[in-house]
Amino acid sequence: MTHDEADNPYAGLLVDDAHWAFGAGQEFRPDEDPVATAVVAPVPEGVDRTAAAAYCLMLGDDALVLAQRLSEWCGRAPDLEEDIALSNIALDLLGQARLLLARAAAIDPTLPPPLPDGSPVPPEDRLAFFREESGFRNVRMVELPVGDFAETITRILLFSTWRLALFERLAASRDSVLAALAAKGARELAYHREFAARWFVTLAGGTQESRRRLLAALGGLWPLWHELVETHPIEVEAAAQGIGVDPGSLVVDVEPVLEQVFATAQVEWPSIGALAGVRGRKGRDGCHTEALSRMLAEMQVVARAHPRGLW
Amino acid sequence: MTTTVDEQELAARFDETVARRDRIEPRDWMPEAYRSTVIRQVAQHAHSEVIGMQPEGAWVGRAPSLRRKAILLAKVQDEAGHGLYLYSAAETLGISRQEMTQRLLTGRQKYSSIFNYPALSYADVGTIGWLVDGAAICNQVPLCRTSYGPYGRAMIRICKEESFHQRQGYELLLTMMRGTDEQRAMVQESVNRFWWPALMMFGPPDADSSNTAQSMAWGIKTHTNDELRQKFVDMSVPQAEALGVTFPDPELGWNEERGHYDFGQPDWEEFWAVVKGNGPCNTQRIAHRQRAWDDGAWVREASSAWAVRQQKEACHE
Repeated sequence: MTHDEADNPYAGLLVDDAHWAFGAGQEFRPDEDPVATAVVAPVPEGVDRTAAAAYCLMLGDDALVLAQRLSEWCGRAPDLEEDIALSNIALDLLGQARLLLARAAAIDPTLPPPLPDGSPVPPEDRLAFFREESGFRNVRMVELPVGDFAETITRILLFSTWRLALFERLAASRDSVLAALAAKGARELAYHREFAARWFVTLAGGTQESRRRLLAALGGLWPLWHELVETHPIEVEAAAQGIGVDPGSLVVDVEPVLEQVFATAQVEWPSIGALAGVRGRKGRDGCHTEALSRMLAEMQVVARAHPRGLW
Repeated sequence: MTTTVDEQELAARFDETVARRDRIEPRDWMPEAYRSTVIRQVAQHAHSEVIGMQPEGAWVGRAPSLRRKAILLAKVQDEAGHGLYLYSAAETLGISRQEMTQRLLTGRQKYSSIFNYPALSYADVGTIGWLVDGAAICNQVPLCRTSYGPYGRAMIRICKEESFHQRQGYELLLTMMRGTDEQRAMVQESVNRFWWPALMMFGPPDADSSNTAQSMAWGIKTHTNDELRQKFVDMSVPQAEALGVTFPDPELGWNEERGHYDFGQPDWEEFWAVVKGNGPCNTQRIAHRQRAWDDGAWVREASSAWAVRQQKEACHE
């Protein structure tokens, strides 16, 4: 390369070049988006579409809402290394959410809210940005406002331990899209769990202050742990149809992992009861904490101002 | 003990290395003034990457599509990565990341003034990519051949990633221009706000730039501010035309004789006001970094305490 060429960062900017911007070329065409094309595989025979879509939506919302919360650390983590790691975890979860929401919409096209005729907003974004709070099916743990670093580490530890065990079994789903994304997602979640477990032990054994904060975080989050491992009717149905997993069956995988992390950190297994719902309704039923609508207000503001917008 | 003769020899060797356009490496002898100049430049560049995470980072939570959210989060994460390489390059000259952070927070070291302008709409994410990262690349590509080895090598990787960001920014604007009238208006408004600050990124006119001459002699800087600014304007005009936006400069026009575009002067009074601390966001940017640093103190302390304990336990085993 000559010096002049090296000095011209714009060489090729106006030339058609399909290798950048996530393979989308210079102009983004939603119908050519890799996410949209990856999720249209046929649904296995005999599977109830409504139940299958609800299951994808539930798993997608867990990932989307936690990704949104974790991305709040961007630019304000304790150091650059943690800033990068937390963004990485958020990006992995966001990738899982995109596939799961798009798959939900592909299985049940009536799921995404309608928009004005001719709106180019793709299904994954209709679900993420145009649904009301009560339409979200995530567990309440992921939507809580971001606390301190100990709270975030504990939340990632609990969530990724649960989701990794789930994805390891979901990789055998009869639904080819769920199986493929679970196999890939399990590798990501193994890293998230490793990162969180390492920090959990470090904070537990670091200073008095870090231990105090860690125990407070665990005490605050534990009441929401139960919601992850109790079985919801959506999961009963998905497990019965061979596309999903009953989280009750995960306890044998999950508890020994947490016991080991807690033992290394010299932290006792918490004995705090479950956070009640409202007449039994919890996150999976669309009954959330006060935090979710505020989070959605921020997340959805630009998209909702432009229902015909092309991004 | 170093004698004067030795110093003269070492200085001569240093000058020859720079004249050959070879690299100076961390263990080579170098004049103290060179060391402190490179530390200042690399640290300020690292600070710019880290402070530069703020204006765009503020839009991650509001990105209007999941695809754009992923692109933006990955981009801001890259800026953190650039900050890391650059702090590491500066550390080879004998200064710690902590010391550089303190110098940033106390105002002893600066960062690029462009980040003292606010990001006010989602189109700004595109404009910052296109014009701000574009101007940064014009400044930075020549630095891949800068005389200090670790800095030059860090810049090669950074420039590749910046070039990717610039294309992504331009692609966002192209997409928005194919959207609604409101989106097109949003793009034009954003370009109007960022054009002049982008031109200011090349620094004051050569006649008023105090550091340029020595930095060019040492091979730390390889082009003057005005040369780079002209290059940027020449490259940006056809891109604006392809995009369908205009730049807010009535004096902008092709000069056949010079073979370059003529253009007006930025408001240099505003430039100096921003440099001296009175830009729209100077206080906010440093306060944000200070808060993040203070909030993270207990985590960094816990991490150090844990490492010390692990080491002690390893010794006893």
